[in-house]
Amino acid sequence: MNAIAIQGLVKRYGAHTIFDGLDLDVAHGERLAVLGASGCGKSTLLRCIAGLESSDGGEIDVAGEIGYVFQEPRLFGWLDVERNVAFAARNSAERARVPEVLALVGLTAARAKLPKHLSGGMAQRTALARALVRKPEVLLFDEPLAALDALTRLELRASLREILIQAGATAVWVTHDVDDALTLATRTIVLQRAPNFVRAVEPAVGIDVGARRALLAALGISA
Amino acid sequence: MRFFVPIALLVAWFAATSTGAIKSYQLASPQAVLVELNDLASHGLLWTDLGASVERVAIGFALAALLAIILGSLVGASRTAEKLLDPTLQAVRSVPSLAWVPLLLLWLGIGETAKIALVAIGAFFPVYVALASAIRNVDRKLVEVARVLGVGGVPFIARVLLPAALPQLLVGLRIGLTQAWLFLVAAELLGASSGLGFLLTDGQQIARTDEILVAILAFAICGKLSESGMRLLERRLVGWTDTVVPG
Repeated sequence: MNAIAIQGLVKRYGAHTIFDGLDLDVAHGERLAVLGASGCGKSTLLRCIAGLESSDGGEIDVAGEIGYVFQEPRLFGWLDVERNVAFAARNSAERARVPEVLALVGLTAARAKLPKHLSGGMAQRTALARALVRKPEVLLFDEPLAALDALTRLELRASLREILIQAGATAVWVTHDVDDALTLATRTIVLQRAPNFVRAVEPAVGIDVGARRALLAALGISA
Repeated sequence: MRFFVPIALLVAWFAATSTGAIKSYQLASPQAVLVELNDLASHGLLWTDLGASVERVAIGFALAALLAIILGSLVGASRTAEKLLDPTLQAVRSVPSLAWVPLLLLWLGIGETAKIALVAIGAFFPVYVALASAIRNVDRKLVEVARVLGVGGVPFIARVLLPAALPQLLVGLRIGLTQAWLFLVAAELLGASSGLGFLLTDGQQIARTDEILVAILAFAICGKLSESGMRLLERRLVGWTDTVVPG
């Protein structure tokens, strides 16, 4: 039984077809990176999985709860870090997990800060903590590092790897950054724009010297 | 620096009235105004009039704010409510509010109800318009966060929509309160036997400019106090915003 099973997904925006029968399975505990150029439908795929967009055909099955981390932190400006995280809690058991999750993302000392006083990296850590509070089976990431400066991105990428491994959740990570895929994923697919729709290809890459080159090649970049 | 002009005006006022360049029935002297203020205050008349005016503003403003918050939330949050109610309310809004006075007088007489109704009409629209547009323009990205987390219905309105709209709502309330005072003057000028507006007309009828000036001074202080109170409330409640809310 897979954590995510997508069969024959069809998605159109007006006359424009994004997906025309996309199949994708994500196994339990797998960390899947979805690579692709800007505007190829990566975010749309994620939004379909989360139910933020309706599909025009096909089936999407998600086993269990979803946690979603957007490109921007999307924090509630009137709540401090701790309350932003607790926003996701539905019961006392989940509320009791808030300190633990804050410690996991390294924000215990900043828990009383308002979002306007947070750096970009801290804000994104808060968003991650909010997504982790319910212990979701599936975590969806929509380029959560894209808006950060280079140094913060490296730092957060490293700690995210640790956090994801610790949480043991299934993760789908949408990105246009090959290094994200190489660092964080156990498996990588590349979305390519075919003439009329987007298809998913899976370059045969392991974590080796050729991996980066193979992924870049699949993206259509010669390196 | 900031006190230079007011002090210069006060000195000029004093000079013009004490040399007899301006007659007291045209403009009372500053000291005459102080004497009149003391007189009205010590006889308790000032407090009666002040109390009557504050009461009308408070009741009218409270009614207007309550109604505006209910209708503004509905119209902001629901497309159906917007289509149903907003065109009518906008049409009513386009009438200069004082044009309702003759109707109000015919329907409600010149008693308290008409005055409170006029104050409420004046205060309603700034609050309604601010809240409806604030809720309509709540960041879609925050709305999606709530959707992903399955937070909907009343919890969504209470935990996301209203807090997000609060800064603009408070600006609307502040402008509404200013409008309430404006419409109170209009209401009391039309016929009242108490209130600061009554002091104005009374002073006019018996040609007592000192009495008129006392009333104007009282209006200025009330207006300033209510504005400062609202700004204090804004700072307390919406200190989380990144920028100072305009208005």
